[in-house]
Amino acid sequence: MIAMLKDLRGRLGAGASAEEMVSALLEKIKRSKLNAYNNLSEESALERAREFDRSPWTGLMAGVPIAIKSCISTRGIETNCSSRILSGYVPPYDAHVIERLKEEGAIIVGKTNMDEFAMGTSTESSYFGPTRNPWDLDRVPGGSSGGSAAAVAAGEAPCALGSDTGGSIRCPASFCGIVGLKPTYGLVSRYGLVSYANSLEQIGPLTLSVEDAALVMEVIAGHDPRDSTSVKSDGGYLSGLDGGVKGLVLGVPKEYFGEGVDPLVEKSVWDAISRLEELGASWKEVSLPHTKYALAAYYIIAMSEASSNLARFDGLRYGLRFGTDQDWHSTFSEIRAAGFGPEVKRRILLGTYALSAGYYGRYYLKALKVRTLIKQDFERALSAGGADVLVTPTMPFPAFKIGERIEDPLSLYMADVFTVPINLAGVPAISVPCGFADGLPIGLQIIGRHFDEVSVLRAAKAYEDATPYSETVPKEVA
Amino acid sequence: MAEKDVIIGLEVHVQLNKLNSKLFCGCSTDYHDSPPNTHTCPVCLGLPGTLPVLNRRAVEYGIRVALALNCEIQGETLFYRKNYYYPDLPKAFQITQYDFPLGLGGQILIKGEDGEEKTIRITRVHMEEDPGRLVHAGTIDRAKYSMVDYNRCGMALLEVVTEPDLRSPKEARSFLDKLRNILEYLDVFNGDLEGAMRIDSNISLVGGERAEVKNISSHKGVEKALAYEITRQRSARRRGVAQVQETRHYDELRGITVTIRTKEEAHDYRYFPEPDLVPMRIADWVPRVEAELPELPDAKRERFVLEYGIADDHAKSLTSEIRVANFYEDVAKRASPRLAAVWIADVLKGELNYRDVTIDGFSPDHMVDILDMIEKGKITEKGAVEVIRTILDEGGDPAAVVAAKGLVRAEDDKVLEAVRAAVEECGQAVADYRSGNEKAVNFIVGMVMKKTRGRADPGEANRLVKEALDGMGGA
Repeated sequence: MIAMLKDLRGRLGAGASAEEMVSALLEKIKRSKLNAYNNLSEESALERAREFDRSPWTGLMAGVPIAIKSCISTRGIETNCSSRILSGYVPPYDAHVIERLKEEGAIIVGKTNMDEFAMGTSTESSYFGPTRNPWDLDRVPGGSSGGSAAAVAAGEAPCALGSDTGGSIRCPASFCGIVGLKPTYGLVSRYGLVSYANSLEQIGPLTLSVEDAALVMEVIAGHDPRDSTSVKSDGGYLSGLDGGVKGLVLGVPKEYFGEGVDPLVEKSVWDAISRLEELGASWKEVSLPHTKYALAAYYIIAMSEASSNLARFDGLRYGLRFGTDQDWHSTFSEIRAAGFGPEVKRRILLGTYALSAGYYGRYYLKALKVRTLIKQDFERALSAGGADVLVTPTMPFPAFKIGERIEDPLSLYMADVFTVPINLAGVPAISVPCGFADGLPIGLQIIGRHFDEVSVLRAAKAYEDATPYSETVPKEVA
Repeated sequence: MAEKDVIIGLEVHVQLNKLNSKLFCGCSTDYHDSPPNTHTCPVCLGLPGTLPVLNRRAVEYGIRVALALNCEIQGETLFYRKNYYYPDLPKAFQITQYDFPLGLGGQILIKGEDGEEKTIRITRVHMEEDPGRLVHAGTIDRAKYSMVDYNRCGMALLEVVTEPDLRSPKEARSFLDKLRNILEYLDVFNGDLEGAMRIDSNISLVGGERAEVKNISSHKGVEKALAYEITRQRSARRRGVAQVQETRHYDELRGITVTIRTKEEAHDYRYFPEPDLVPMRIADWVPRVEAELPELPDAKRERFVLEYGIADDHAKSLTSEIRVANFYEDVAKRASPRLAAVWIADVLKGELNYRDVTIDGFSPDHMVDILDMIEKGKITEKGAVEVIRTILDEGGDPAAVVAAKGLVRAEDDKVLEAVRAAVEECGQAVADYRSGNEKAVNFIVGMVMKKTRGRADPGEANRLVKEALDGMGGA
């Protein structure tokens, strides 16, 4: 059942029925206990599959089904960000990445569950209930793109799009034992991505293999005039995959090991470094000295931007509306009080506070300065003569139990310690499976220079080819 | 009324309505005759996931204005978010400028209260997006419900902020007239469109706190609102009530201002740089924009005096509106420039003003024809005024009006003939004149006019009658 995109494309190219493929997928999703999807686009997916069967089209993803995170706008398909306040909201337009997927022939099967407005590390803050980890149904799939990761890991979608503001692609990829790539800031247009923290986030692929991630990148990367922060893509993600790691210098940041890291995770990552060494790479220790300030800076920036971004949800034009309208102030306050969950409210309040007159300089402006220092840390470590890529654990520990941390926001925030600095720096990073701890997947994070996705993907591919982890699937779906 | 104790500063919001598209999306700016909410798209409606894309032409227009107002253009400019909740603001923040606006520290000359030219300093010029428009069912403080029209939402606005250099409502009006004139010269603005210019004004009496009066949409409104405020603040002071810093709303229908909020309730807008837009180095744009800057009113006025040899007063009047200036130049190339100046500045403008219409409604070709007929003596000056009025009120072209109304000036020999006949017929009047009653001439002139059915020039007739009478005396 679980197949890489290459195989799928091969089968579809040889005349396999897309309709059969899509309906089998939909059946499987409906039987699933994972709660990976918020809503399916059953009719349009089947309709498009039938069209494909009648007269197959070409394209990088011709006939291939894909799942989309609920914060990426899809014309005609509800896009609710797993929030009550946006339940029922159907965008009248497609995100840039959706346009690209459609141009390359993909078929959208549905919208995946996530932490509400992408605020979380576990997909537990969803208004529609948590998604379960296919490796252990009592555990979280990671977040915030937990639905996308669980769906791909469990064979409920051959590939998916997620978004990554502070680790939201890499964390669930790590927890669910699949591949997840956060591209360089600016490489993929954010047009249509419901903003959480504009200056940090990117859309990226969640896939079963590095090659699949490269294929999706070929489709979604590139300049879009509707996003002023987007840039041209040089491509070469697929063609550059097979160069191997001979001569590659790995940087191992000392701040990403030690206290707080599960020993089994640390061991797996060191094993991975040894494996890459055997394949011809060398490694050296590097330092990212401002790492300890990253979480604080990240949360101030993300919450500040979020407090502004989420202010537009007032129930006036779309989304939640109930009861009798009163005056403007009471009406929108009531809708927002009922429409947002506790984590979203917490972040809006903290962000509002951080931007307030008199505090701006103390918090937001200072966080921006820290951000510059962190960016410089990465530039230094990855400069000529330094390392070509950095390798670290993606998450300090494997998937935790549902309910275990949700009441303790700070411990949840701490889980992002190795992923948020990458967003602050804007560099690309991938998570690839690198072993198991008591049956739970562990992720290896490979970080590259700005716009050097090719080196990141190539190193990940070489590692993946040399290890069995990507082929291991959860028992539930094996 | 010279108001020595009055301090006024203005914040003028100018719609750059000559742009084809809005500030951050491709929606057309031509919405004035359209039903509500028909000129919108996901971007200007602020739908989730949409991003702003800056209209570079708007920035160019902004630089043009900042240069014309003698501002210093900033090397790099960026946009901020101004956060507040209001139904006309679909993103719940307005993209505007804060630190690093387009231009700082400019100035323009206006006609001051005493008639002398006076310098008004410009604090800053910055760009922002227009919110939508609320239509209240009734007045703002009593409406049961309101409706929102987002057609206007996302239009490019320039905010021009003055220093508190204005001393009376009349000076405020004079500033606005001059500003509008400059904007129209720059071809970035059409002041005739509804909501094109909206004014907030800060007004205080010396020694008192200031009130900000918002929502004034016309130059006349500014004069009225400020006059009301001065009276209100004065009478409050007389009653011993101190003015507090507050925001007031101008109710155009009732001609009064009402308080909206005091300083304690002031918003914290939580400004921060808009992360979806990148900073712009505009310093590099300036030379090109400067080179393309059109001739401005004061320069045009000087040139008119030199080039056409007309009076400075006429030049000033003709250049106070770009359309009039263009009209004049068109006519002056085809007729006597001096005669054209007199007739356009003194007569046509007055007739237009009386009818509250713009010069667009009058053809320069018709003006050329009329001036030609005056110069050739085909019609009298009185007849020419009649032609202008008739064309404005009823339409038609000068030749047709002259024919239809019988305004052709009588031939000289016909007038002479009428004079001779009149003098013969009015023996009593002639006798009176001879005995020293100068006024008796008028009776005879009246007779001449009657005989020519009004086609004689009255001054000319007067001259001829006197000549005839005096000639007779000498015989």
